[in-house]
Amino acid sequence: MLSLIIRRLLTAIPTLFAVILLSFLLMRLAPGSPFDSERALDPATRMALEHAYGLNEPLTTQFGQYLWHVLHADFGPSMVYRDFSVSALVAKGLPVSLLLGGCALVLATTLGIGGGVIAARFPQLWPDRMIGTTATLLTALPSFVSAPLLVLLFGLMLGWLPVSGWGDAPHLILPVIALALPVAGAIAKLTRAGLSDVMRGDNVRAARARGLSPMRVITRHALRPALVPVASYLGPAAAGLLTGAVVIETVFGIPGLGRYFVQGALNRDYPLVMAVVILYAALIILFNLFADLAYGWLDPRVRG
Amino acid sequence: MKAVWVFALLLLAALIGLMMLHWGYDTIDWDAVRAPPFSPTHLLGTDSVGRDLLARTLVGTRVSLSIAGAAALVALVIGTLWGAIAGWVGGWVDALMMRVVDALYALPFMFVVIILMVVFGRSILLVFLGIGAVEWLTMARVVRGQVMQLKHRPFIIAAEAAGANTRQIMIGHILPNIAGIASAYLLLTIPQVVMVESFLSFLGLGVQEPLTSLGILIKDGVDDMEIAPLTLLVPIAVLMTILVCLTALGERLRDRTAT
Repeated sequence: MLSLIIRRLLTAIPTLFAVILLSFLLMRLAPGSPFDSERALDPATRMALEHAYGLNEPLTTQFGQYLWHVLHADFGPSMVYRDFSVSALVAKGLPVSLLLGGCALVLATTLGIGGGVIAARFPQLWPDRMIGTTATLLTALPSFVSAPLLVLLFGLMLGWLPVSGWGDAPHLILPVIALALPVAGAIAKLTRAGLSDVMRGDNVRAARARGLSPMRVITRHALRPALVPVASYLGPAAAGLLTGAVVIETVFGIPGLGRYFVQGALNRDYPLVMAVVILYAALIILFNLFADLAYGWLDPRVRG
Repeated sequence: MKAVWVFALLLLAALIGLMMLHWGYDTIDWDAVRAPPFSPTHLLGTDSVGRDLLARTLVGTRVSLSIAGAAALVALVIGTLWGAIAGWVGGWVDALMMRVVDALYALPFMFVVIILMVVFGRSILLVFLGIGAVEWLTMARVVRGQVMQLKHRPFIIAAEAAGANTRQIMIGHILPNIAGIASAYLLLTIPQVVMVESFLSFLGLGVQEPLTSLGILIKDGVDDMEIAPLTLLVPIAVLMTILVCLTALGERLRDRTAT
């Protein structure tokens, strides 16, 4: 197990390096510069600015310096939020996004696996059909549609929950639900499909023959191997949560990483965008590692 | 077949509907700012600066669908060429080309598109080129699978034996046989692109004002929903109709052409 973790972490290094190199090159290729504005800068000021940000060095030197700084968790100064370093912005935004994403992941897994189990317990009956239809609907609903609809219904028409902002628990409810729904739908479908495969196996037939109740057969014998497809969905789920978070933090005005990413993209704040992309890549690699570890735990046959 | 009619109606409205309206998508009616729905001059009312919601929705639908159509075509061309070459040549070329596809699949593509938007500026042309360049992967996989199956079928071998060169076989025998499945995936790509485009425009990274698209309309609707929920609900309804209809059509076509 330990050697697997170490091996996977080692292969993550070249991947991350490639991500850093690519985003660095793309940002440098970009036409226009962060110092472009309505008013033309006079050449002396421009030179001074470029010198201050190290933009007049050769590209390789710039990349070497950037890499060196990134390894020390220093992503440089933000070019738009003056007086803030990118690391400071990330340090402010990351905990918020992690809290939001973590809660959404827990909610999505609970709802998804719960829904999948109930659907598999009553195959072809109304609970199965209802859960199946709901799950399909949820996975098809883009976050920029579901989030405003939730706000409209629960925030404005019913007035139960705050519409936007950040701070205490009620502010967390709507964004977490909006973020969790599509992932919950996908997990429910995967759980249901995995269970219906496993339920045909001999071990399940044996458990049933011993007279265990249908629910107990599912939870004690069928569920664990049936969750293998769900585990392999962890990587895509992480990507989905991150993209969803970008929209949801914008809609609900949450000061997380996703909102900084959008602001950075709109303002061409290169250092900020690069920092967020590198962090996102690291998160996705981490989730894929979790998926691999979960495989081994769920299905001993793949440990090898 | 209901999906066909609903979508055809929507398409027709988007194409010619604007001619029947007195208002353009960017005309400001100073006498009717924030007009309620069913007011005499504005069927669905106006938005916060007095632009007719129906006109804006029709134009937004048209813009979203044109971007989606163009991007899907880009995806079709790249995907078909890539997949056909990989499937036909085979061997290490195939392995290499498909590893590239796998690697690109693993990227969270929303971020790729956003980075492309940041790097190359936010022009409508680049929006669809960028999306098309990312959406071709599924097409490449499907086409490659089809070509690999076809390659060993007797009629292809017969054509080869009769002395047809690769180009003749490709154009005369392979392409007609993958046209069906490719058009099914073309239909399935369009709703995907509509989603990506709306996502980008929603965040302000896609189509730029005063031009409009479904994503921009949804964003405007979010800003305004407290006072005028319809400004949010109308574009959402149109978007969901497009997604559902085209997905249903594409899936039916795919199942029919599947061998």
